[in-house]
Amino acid sequence: MIKEVMKDLKGKLKGKIIDIVQPRVNRIYIRVEPKKAPEVIEYLFFKYKCKLCTATGMDMREGIEIIYHLAREDKNMIINVKTLIPYPKLEIESIGKKIPAFRWIEREINEMLGVTFIGHPDMRRLILADSFPKGKYPLRKSFKHSDVTDEDYDYERSGI
Amino acid sequence: MKQTIIPLGPYHPLLEEPEHFKLYVEGERVVDLDVEIGYNHRGIEKLSEGKTWDQVPYLVERICGICSTSHPMAYCLAVEDLVGCEVPKRAQLIRVVVCELERLHSHLLWVGLAGHFIGYNTVWMWAWKYRETILEICEKLTGNRNHYAMFKPGGVRRDFNKEQIDYALEHIVDVEKPTRMLTDAILDDPVIHKRLKGIGVLKKKDAILYSALGPTSRGSGVPWDARHDEPLDGFKDLKWNVIVQKDGDVFSKGVVRLLECFESISLIKQALLKLPEGGAIDADISEVPPGEGCGRYEAPRGEVFHYVRSDGSNMPYRHKVRAPTFNNLPTFKASCKGETIADVALITASIDPCYCCTERVAVVDKNNNEKILGEKELLKLSVEKTRDIMKKLGKVPPLYNMEI
Repeated sequence: MIKEVMKDLKGKLKGKIIDIVQPRVNRIYIRVEPKKAPEVIEYLFFKYKCKLCTATGMDMREGIEIIYHLAREDKNMIINVKTLIPYPKLEIESIGKKIPAFRWIEREINEMLGVTFIGHPDMRRLILADSFPKGKYPLRKSFKHSDVTDEDYDYERSGI
Repeated sequence: MKQTIIPLGPYHPLLEEPEHFKLYVEGERVVDLDVEIGYNHRGIEKLSEGKTWDQVPYLVERICGICSTSHPMAYCLAVEDLVGCEVPKRAQLIRVVVCELERLHSHLLWVGLAGHFIGYNTVWMWAWKYRETILEICEKLTGNRNHYAMFKPGGVRRDFNKEQIDYALEHIVDVEKPTRMLTDAILDDPVIHKRLKGIGVLKKKDAILYSALGPTSRGSGVPWDARHDEPLDGFKDLKWNVIVQKDGDVFSKGVVRLLECFESISLIKQALLKLPEGGAIDADISEVPPGEGCGRYEAPRGEVFHYVRSDGSNMPYRHKVRAPTFNNLPTFKASCKGETIADVALITASIDPCYCCTERVAVVDKNNNEKILGEKELLKLSVEKTRDIMKKLGKVPPLYNMEI
């Protein structure tokens, strides 16, 4: 059954993906170009009936890698869609504008790693304080705790 | 009609946790809602990148006081997925027991709080009284009432002995009967039906679009349960059902939680009886190779998801944690519209608040010897106090039966 899923995905996503691997029985990793990512994920979410587990943003030094973790519950598998957005232009099209489940995690990746999601309906900060300095991204590998001092905080913006 | 903004929070009156809801209301009706979180951000993901693989379970255990086994469980599963190791059968079943005990006490906690919210303090006191027995079983089995520190990548840290297993099997029966009584009392009560039915309806379509999890999705007819969808080896021999309700209102979410309690009790009993004699309780993981792994486990509030990436060193390169509430909170945008303000306060609690109460009452006497007060002593104190007040008021104190 799982082999069929793999074959099916390979056929349906032909031309849209870079590669597809299955290191373990119920884990599939798909690598795509940033431009093709929304199309592939929307196909998996609506047609393939996956749910969104979450998305992980990761600083890979040459760029930010985003992994969308989708789960197909009746087939017992997690399908991970990976895409690498190279520095310095960190932009990708938002999936949250069509699927509300993606909105919060895109906001989180935006403030933590500095990726811009084009077309996102509500790109406010989710987790960080409003007074946290702009242009500092805590989850990047280059970020150090000493990078942000008390003077950097903009308390006027947070209304304190 | 003119729109008004009513703030609920930043310290929520019901959830007793810092989160801020902005309710946009027209008259009594809520037309839109905005959720603000981030008051509790502790940077656990960043912290985790500086801990060794073995230290991380202690860190993730402290993400949530109630889900204190689900996070380490999901993390351990992620690391095991990365390494590709097999967990011994005995360890698997011990994991099932601890996780189900957690689910049981968490659901009873919610039922109690829900009763308190709607003004049914009897339900609250019942539920929390029966929950106490479960916490005592947890203490007997693991040494702690919460934060058990039982799991490690590859297995569990401590074994159960025969005395502990017998204690648990004997006392789990004490939970089943009162929980059955409580469930019947709640499901029969016409006032609770009137108060909770038909409010805060999350439609099946919306539950899927928002990827709602746990009892929130199962209350809306979406049968997602990570224990069933991605079964661990430990679950394969055990018989249980996924509880699903169709209506999607607050009542359905409550029913899912109440009925799940019995599935958990049954799972605990089966797992304890099926524990194989002796044998290893952990697989040795001495090295974590470069790679990546995903782990997910059904916490009481929904699926917990952990992702780890290793570069071959002794610490994770990236560790992503997603708690179920992250997916469940945005569903309010779909379920709160058109409801009244009083109902919204309840709907926001229906995805399950997180409230940790592990204190015990202790008085210290003159010789500095600590004394723990149990149920009987507390009742005695309460009765004596009432008698004193009655005497002062010049009334005849009633003759309570002091024996319970």
